[in-house]
Parts: sequence; structure tokens; C-alpha cells
Amino acid sequence: MRKLPGLLAGGVVAAAMTAAGGASADETNLPSIDGVTLQTRVEAPEGHPLTEIISGFEFRTKETQALELDDFNNPGFLMVELGEEAWSTVEGSAGKSCESCHGDASESMRGVRAAMPKWNEAAGRPFTLENQINACRTEQMGAEEWKWESDAMLGMTAYVGLQSRGMPVKVDIESGEMRKWWEKGKELYHTRFGQLDMACANCHESNYGNYIRADLLSQGQSNGFPTYRLKWQKMGSLHRRFKGCMDNIRAKAFKRGSDEFVALEAYLAWRGQGLSVETPAVRN
Amino acid sequence: MNAILRSSIAGCALLFGAATASAEGLVAYEIVDGTIPVSLTGKPGDPEAGRAALVDRKLGNCLACHTATDLADEQFHGEVGPSLDGVADRWDEASLRMLVVNAKMIYEGTVMPAFHRDAGFNRVMDSFAGKPILTAQQVEDVVAYLKTLKE
Ligand code: HEC
Ligand code: HEC
Repeated sequence: MRKLPGLLAGGVVAAAMTAAGGASADETNLPSIDGVTLQTRVEAPEGHPLTEIISGFEFRTKETQALELDDFNNPGFLMVELGEEAWSTVEGSAGKSCESCHGDASESMRGVRAAMPKWNEAAGRPFTLENQINACRTEQMGAEEWKWESDAMLGMTAYVGLQSRGMPVKVDIESGEMRKWWEKGKELYHTRFGQLDMACANCHESNYGNYIRADLLSQGQSNGFPTYRLKWQKMGSLHRRFKGCMDNIRAKAFKRGSDEFVALEAYLAWRGQGLSVETPAVRN
Repeated sequence: MNAILRSSIAGCALLFGAATASAEGLVAYEIVDGTIPVSLTGKPGDPEAGRAALVDRKLGNCLACHTATDLADEQFHGEVGPSLDGVADRWDEASLRMLVVNAKMIYEGTVMPAFHRDAGFNRVMDSFAGKPILTAQQVEDVVAYLKTLKE
């Protein structure tokens, strides 16, 4: 029953060629944006539940792919610009901006998204990008926390995330107590929830490449987040996507930023290791 | 076909649900040999209503996962489950009823939801808590429709 999305590989090239922003496909047929190649398929290491790790990009239509491959048309860039502006805006009692401590984001933030979530010794828990940004705001800047799904937070996570675009997702699950969180995430990934009694794995591991009604199921990878979703007409966080999936199976979703969703995020990052960061990706 | 499950079924209590079920709620039924031989409502279902309930995204939404030639006029058939063409040749009425009520009794660990079950779930959304997806009448209607799918 499964249609492997390989049939889209040709589409990637075509999409890249028609994109107006000068995107071009490299010799290996992988998509690229302004010369930065996106690894959308990587071989899984031994002991990984998948044989091939595939980005959600490969499951989308040529049109949606073309939007992602062209920064001028990618609607996610409105949020990126918001983040870029906030980067150097002084806020809070310490009279500082992100830039005061971190300087040029294209240097200091390179690789940050690719390694999230990351163990934070002081907090005694993993930090997602949102957690780190809020810790900087409250502890370094004397500013208020941003709400998880606020435009300000989406803008900053998109801007910081963009600095890692093309870099392989590589989360460290050995430091601190990351292993425990990874285990918890793994357990949640395989737990059936809701009236429909389904687990993430039912859709994204056993059925990727199959249509579920009108939707082509992907592996549910996290490398494109925050992502501009056409259905939302907006950029959204990974935890918003988790909530959407839980709503669909008539489950009471966990809260954004909850331990459960952070654990799932850590596990998903591990499942998606080696895929390029695509932030800000475009999905339908 | 369901030999693997015999043991687990035999181990279960044979009566499910509350004896005093409301119209919306679960009705009691008896599993005999991995099947449900007796209509949940005591009456035969209506195949036309069943076809509608099967297609309706808020009810069966069976096309999320299945396809059927008889439903070719409907958009967006899923690929998660097998085609429903010829199910009436493969299963008798009592087995079809079991499949719709709780397919996990026939296919252990299946992704297919149990459509007439109201407990044993994790974190059900408040608006659906304690309710089955399909009422007893809707189950009978869907079963009546499935019985028309012969090849
Ligand atoms: C009933 C099926 C179903 C279940 C169960 C499900 N999802 Fe999804 N999920 C989808 C569909 C459909 C989409 C949109 C198409 C796609 O990317 O697969 C999606 C998309 C996603 C995406 C976005 C992928 C991208 O590239 O943009 C992530 C991440 C995700 N799911 C994670 C999860 C997690 C974590 C769980 C469990 C809490 C879960 N899903 C449970 C159906 C499901
Ligand atoms: C989330 C996916 C999903 C949904 C929704 C779903 N099914 Fe299924 N169904 C399956 C799968 C998968 C199988 C095959 C059993 C297995 O391998 O797990 C199946 C098997 C069946 C069978 C047996 C088919 C055969 O040839 O042996 C019938 C009959 C059936 N389903 C009817 C229905 C009806 C009627 C509905 C809606 C009221 C429905 N299904 C909804 C996934 C689903």
C-alpha cells in the first residue's frame, strides 16, 4: 500500500529550477537554497527504528517545495525578519539586546538549532530553543518571558534556526540526564492516545508514504520547525504541530513547553539525526 | 484466521459496557468465538445510513484509511488499511460486527480504532470522553453496508 515518496525526487529538481530566487539543484539531485544543500534523505545508523530518515520536504507537492526553496516567496521570512529586528532591540532592566552578548547571529548562532534540545546543567533539564531564549531574556536581559506561540518567539526561533540551515540535526543524548528524557520521549511516541487510540508511530513510522484521507503521511520529522504551514496561514512551533496531531486523534494534548512535549522533541531530534535543518520550512 | 487471538479473547470477560446504556453510550454485547453474532440493537441495520456514516468524517471516517470501488464518487481514499471491496465474501456478519466494534480483537495491535468502545483509552479529549465513536445503531448500519460489499 505504501507509495514511497521517491517519485517526488524528480519534483525536487523541477521545483528548484522553477523557483525564482535562484535556487538550484546540485549534482546529487538534492534540493538547495542559495547554494546550501538540504540533505532530505539520509541513511539511518544501526539501531535506528527507520532504515532511511526522510524530511517532511520530500512528502510535499512541488508547489509547496518551491515555496521553501525560494526565500523571497517563502512566507516564513516575514517572521524571520521580525526576529532579526528583535535580535538587536534593547529590552529589559539590564539594557541589553541579544546582540549585546552574542554579536553577529550568523556566527554565534550557527549550529544552535541543529543541537536542540540541549542539556542545561543549571536548570537540570533539557532546553529547547524557546527555553534558552526565555532564559536569556529573564536572566541576562531582565526582560519578560515570551509566550511559546507568540509572534516574538516564533520570529526569534525562526531567525536563530535559519543560522543553522543546511546543517545536520545532531542532538546530544548522552550529556546530563538527556537519556532519561529521550526514553520518556520514546515511550510517548509509542503510546496510544485519544478516542482513536493511536500513537505517533502508527502514523509516522508504520505508515509514512501512505495517504490518510487527503494527507500524505511523512515521518513526522522536526527539522523544519518552526515551520510556515499553509493550513495555518502562519508559522507555528513544533509543539503546536504535536497538539494538532493529538487533536486529530481526539486526545487531550499536552501543553506547549510541557515536560512531555520537550521529551518528545528530544526523541524526535534523535530520530531525525543527519537531516538538514530547514527552518523556516514550508508545509501544507 | 483469528486463532492467535482466541486465547486473549477467551481470557476477557465476555460482556462489555454498561447494562443501562444511554442512546449515545455503549450497549452491552457478547463475544462468541471472537465474533459478535447478535445485533447490538436487536434489529438489522440500514445499509444506506451505514454508507453515509462510513463516509462521514465525524463518524466512521473509514475512508481515512480504506478505499472501496462502490465509494469511488467520494474524494480522498486512504491507504493505511486494505480495500473494503469484497469484505462480505471474506467475513460473515458476526465477524464484521466485531471488526467495527473493536478490530483489535481480530487484528491484534491494529491501527484501526475501536468504534464501539468507551473506556481503556489514554487522555481522551473532554468532549469525547466516555463515548464510543459510533452508536450501536450506527455500528449496525455500517455492518449492513459492509454486507453489500461482495465481489
Ligand atoms: C492519525 C495520524 C497521526 C498521528 C497519530 C500523529 N500524526 Fe503527526 N502528522 C499527521 C499528518 C497527516 C501530518 C501532516 C503530513 C505529514 O507531514 O505527515 C502530520 C505531521 C506531523 C509533523 C510535521 C512534519 C513536517 O515535516 O512538517 C510532526 C513533527 C508530527 N506530525 C509529529 C507527531 C507526533 C510527535 C505525534 C504523536 C504525539 C504524531 N505526529 C501523531 C498525522 C498523525
Ligand atoms: C486508522 C486507520 C483505519 C480506520 C480509520 C479504519 N480502519 Fe478498517 N482497517 C485498518 C487496517 C490497517 C486494517 C487491516 C488490519 C491490520 O492489518 O491491522 C483494517 C481492516 C478492516 C476490515 C477487514 C478487511 C479485510 O479485508 O479483512 C474491515 C471490514 C474494516 N477494516 C472496516 C472498517 C470500517 C467500517 C471503518 C470505519 C467505521 C474502518 N475500517 C476504519 C485501518 C483502519
